[in-house]
Formats: sequence, C-alpha cells, structure tokens
Amino acid sequence: MADVVFDQASRIYTPGAKPAVDRLDLTIEDGEFVVLVGPSGSGKSTALRMLAGLEEIDGGSIRIDGENMVGVASRDRDIAMVFQNYALYPNKTVAENMAFPLKMAGIDKSDRAVKVKEAAEILGLTDYLDRKPRALSGGQRQRVAMGRAIVREPRVFLMDEPLSNLDAKMRVQTRTEIAALQRRLGVTTVYVTHDQVEAMTMGDRVALLADGKLQQFASPADLYDRPQNAFVAGFIGSPAMNLFRARVTERGVTLAGREVALPQDVRSTIGSKQLTEVTLGIRPEQWTVAPDGGEGIPARVDVVEELGSDAYLYGTLAESSGDLSATASLTGSHDDSVVVRTAGRTGARRGDRVALTPSTEGLHLFHPETGDRL
Amino acid sequence: MTAVDERTTATPAATAPRRTSRGPGALLSVLAWIVGLGFFFPVLWMVMTAFKTEAQAVTIPPTVFFVPTFDNFAEVFGGGVGPYLLNSLFATVASTVLVLLLGTPAAFALSLRPVKKTQDVLFFFISTKMLPVVAAIVPIYVVVNYLGALDNIWTLIVLYTAMNLPIAVWMMRSFFLEVPKELLEAASMDGASLWRSLREVVLPIISPGMAATALICSIFAWNEFFFAVNLTASRAATVPVYLVGFITSEGLYFASLCAAATVAALPVVIAGWIAQNKLVQGLSFGAVK
Repeated sequence: MADVVFDQASRIYTPGAKPAVDRLDLTIEDGEFVVLVGPSGSGKSTALRMLAGLEEIDGGSIRIDGENMVGVASRDRDIAMVFQNYALYPNKTVAENMAFPLKMAGIDKSDRAVKVKEAAEILGLTDYLDRKPRALSGGQRQRVAMGRAIVREPRVFLMDEPLSNLDAKMRVQTRTEIAALQRRLGVTTVYVTHDQVEAMTMGDRVALLADGKLQQFASPADLYDRPQNAFVAGFIGSPAMNLFRARVTERGVTLAGREVALPQDVRSTIGSKQLTEVTLGIRPEQWTVAPDGGEGIPARVDVVEELGSDAYLYGTLAESSGDLSATASLTGSHDDSVVVRTAGRTGARRGDRVALTPSTEGLHLFHPETGDRL
Repeated sequence: MTAVDERTTATPAATAPRRTSRGPGALLSVLAWIVGLGFFFPVLWMVMTAFKTEAQAVTIPPTVFFVPTFDNFAEVFGGGVGPYLLNSLFATVASTVLVLLLGTPAAFALSLRPVKKTQDVLFFFISTKMLPVVAAIVPIYVVVNYLGALDNIWTLIVLYTAMNLPIAVWMMRSFFLEVPKELLEAASMDGASLWRSLREVVLPIISPGMAATALICSIFAWNEFFFAVNLTASRAATVPVYLVGFITSEGLYFASLCAAATVAALPVVIAGWIAQNKLVQGLSFGAVK
C-alpha cells in the first residue's frame, strides 16, 4: 500500500525533440484506482513504464511512499505489473508462473504453494494450476497475469491495457472483476487504457493525457461534466461531444443562424476576453428534438443508429451559412454535422427534417484558440 | 430456383481449385523425391562400398549384389582410428562449449539490449566469414608456429571456436529476437536479476535454438579439414586427416576409405537423430510459436 507521486516527471527519448511525457504532475492516493487514458502516442504507457522502472526518468521525479524512484531498479520497487500481452512464462505452469515473484523474493516452497492457492481461488484458477499458458484461453491467461501480480501483495499494481486482447463480452466481464478485486485488496493501482469507457467505469480518478501532457486529472463525473478543455470534451463521452465554432452575439452565440442564449456569467467571461468567436460544445444527450418547423435549429437526419434502448441521430445543421464552421481537428466532428441521442424507436428516419434545441445547462464553452474552458 | 442455380454453379467452382492444385503438388513431390534421392545416393553408395572388398569396390559396371564383409571396418579400427576419433571428439565438444559460452551472452546483448552500433557489430561478425580460409592460412600458420602450438589440439579448438562464433551469434540472435521483450520486463518486475531472468525465463525458451546451434557448430567442427591438415601432424590430427591417409601414392583404398568415412559420419548422424525434435523446433522457431 502506498501513495504515488509524479513530480514534474519527464521522459525525453531524443534530446531536443518533444518529450514523450512532459513534466507530468500526479498525486495518487493510497489505495486509489487511477486510470491513465489518452489516444495512442499520448505518453500514458510511457508514464506507467516510468513508474515501473522500465523507462528512464529524464526529468523530475517519481515517488512511492515518499521514496524517490529515480535510479531504483524495477525489481527493487515492490510493484507488480500486468502486461497487455500478459507476458506469462511459456515454459512454466500456471502455478509456477504465479509463484515466480515469490520464489524471487526468497519465500520458501510451502509458503509459496499456500499463497498461490489463495490467489488461484480468488481468480477461479484452481483447476488450471498444472497447465501451461498455451493451454489456456485469453481470459484465463489474463487472470493468471493478475494472479502473478496479486500473489506477492505489492505496494502498487500497474496494468497496461490488460483487457485489449480479450473479446468484447469478456472485456466487460473482466472490467468489473478487476475493479472489484482492486477494491477488495485495496492496493494502489495505476491502469492504462485508450478506451474511455474503461476509464470512466473503472477509475476512482482519471488522468487524461495527450501529446505527453496531462489534460485533466479528475473523477469520471467531473471529467464528463466539466471538461477542462475542448480536447477532454471531445475525448470523453461516446459518441463524442458536438463541437461547433460559434460567433459571439449580445445575448449569447449564433449556431446555424439561430441565437443560443448564454448565462450572464459566461457572457461576462467572454466579454472580458474580448472574444468574437468561441468553441461551443453540446453533448449528444443535451438536445431536444422537435418535428420540422418547431422551435429550434433546423437539421437533416443523415443516419439513424438504433440501439434499442436509445438511438443516435447523425445529422447536418441546416442554414449553416458563413457564421458557422466547425472545429474538426480534435474531435472528428466536422463542418455542421451533429450527433443527437434520443430515446429508442422514435421513428426518426434518414432524410427527416427536425428542429434541435440544446439545453442551457448542457452548453460547454471553450476558447477558440487555446481550447481552454471559459 | 436461384438457390438451385447457385448450388449447381458453385460445385465445379469449389472443386476446381483442388483439382488444379493436385497437378503442381504431385510434380513438386516427384521433384522433391528426385532431389532427396540425389542427396541420399552418394551416402548410400558410401555405406554400401564400405561393406565390399577392395576388388568389388572398383568394378565397372559397379557391383550391386554382394556378400557384405566387415574386413574394412576391422582394418579401420585395427589401423588406429581411435586417437583421431578422440581428437575430433575433444576439438568438437570443447569448441562447441566455448562457442555457446561466448556466443550466448553476445547474442543476448545484440538482440535484447541493442545499441547504436549493434548492426555494425553484427556485420563485422559475418564479414569474418567472407574471407576464404585459404587466404588466412599462411599468417595463421606463421603465428601458430611462432607460438609453438603446431600439432596441438588446443590450436584447433581456438580456431574452431573463432570459425563458429559468428554463425552461432547470428543464429542465437534470431532465437533471442523471438523472445518477447515483455517477458524480461515481467521477470524484472517480479524481482528477478538479469542473470536469474536469463536462466529461469529466457534460456528454457530458447533451448531448442541452442540445441540447433550447438549441433550445427559440432558438425562444422567435426568435418573441418583445412586447418587440421595444415596445422596438425600426428598428435593432434582429427578424423578428416585420417581419412585422407587412405589416398596414398600406391593407390586409392576405396572400400577402406568408405568404411572410415562411414565411421566418421556416424557420430554426426547419431547426434542429429537424437536432437531431431529439438532441431526441427529450433530451426523453425518463429513459425511454430
């Protein structure tokens, strides 16, 4: 059990080039489950490997329980790691794999057997202890890797995309198992994933990285409700938040030629920064859909994704003249396209014309250049 | 109706590829047999001749049906092949052990811990095989003579080690490259030192590859003739040198030569037979992972 602190920790592969991890500051509490999430190349795995001792720390420091880890070898850090491809020892049986860290720690054979048995019971691996890894399914291998990590009761667990080699159903099941196991053992855990659903469902707190820089470190709810910048807004949530570039008017902003009113405090922030344009973010579920001709922004439905419980309408805002262009770069949304979540089976069809109204509470405003939340 | 049409048209289409593939397949099989027999025939002829008398061995047309005799083998063993066999055995085993001891760490370093100059080092290793041995024999002879190490089995051991090291490093490196990097990382996270992760994790995985490497080095050392004939006389001479003794100025003792050659080939064949499984695993390492 331990707390983990990244203090301006950096990893620079080639001097002069952009750091893979750029002055990362994170304070992870004892027993906390923290997820590092981000697109590929964001530095999340590198940050984890720095904590593991598999990558150098080129600047700043990483502390476990207040102990500086710079220059400390992996094997002396007392942390366990679950690898993406599990990295099970192919020539050892499941029991030998799980006992290996204990053997290295010099624990005698009978004690090792007891601990391995305990871990195997927790993970439901008792029947497979004599098998070699190649005789196991993906899910079982994943559990052996977990077993090898928990058996020695380390100070910190590290997990590097441990679910990405499992099929979708197995992934959902294992996701809850890992989260439950972590809560039961209470060991500080750092978990890396590129999947924002995993991040949102598993972590006590989530650190979102992009380009080696920390974008936001907050609880999943905070990340969703109050994204610190346009990147976080676009990354968290599925489908992604709609982001539009909107011109500032006296009472709010214009979107597709229609005025969207903004609260007074936001208007004064915009005013103080003397912005003429802002990035307006609206989550798919924050729209009200009315039939064509009703109150709201006219839009054409291009695609309907019916999921049963709810449906996603992918559409185009109509009357999008020169005052509306989209922020396409980070979110994949472009031009005047819009995603709306509605209840399932509303009967909306491709080609329908509808009127959309965003809810006032659901408006997120970001600086048009820096992307920072206003 | 359409379903029926589809079925009838689908049937010939489905069987057609199988039928056409049988043609080249059979042809390839025949070719493979021809090549295989072509390689095997000289060996068969050697073994057969070993059991003939000297007179039967040189008849034209060749004698195919004959009463086998063991006289040639008696002559080979009576004629003192023993010391030569021992020399060969010692030179082969010692040089192969040395090659593995030196080559394994080198290959490990060059595969799992590569540095900027790794490619250059690898190229240097292989470049030592580009010069024909003949071109180097005079300086080698002069140096060995200067050291007073002519006709010394250790001279051959050193030379065979040097001769086989580049091949061993290249082979072993390819086996090490097949070991996922994460395994070493996992071992280090699990608290293993580099030495223990090598011994407990990496070596068991690459043992088929090591067996294959060892066998190939053994074969090269066992069959080596050029150094042996130039640098040894009587005390350190190896089996290939002994074989040449059957080609004398008075004539060629063909049946005896074949008997001696059969004896010389046997250890390698037996070693290959024993290591068969590991060898196939080792030589097809990545393919069956």
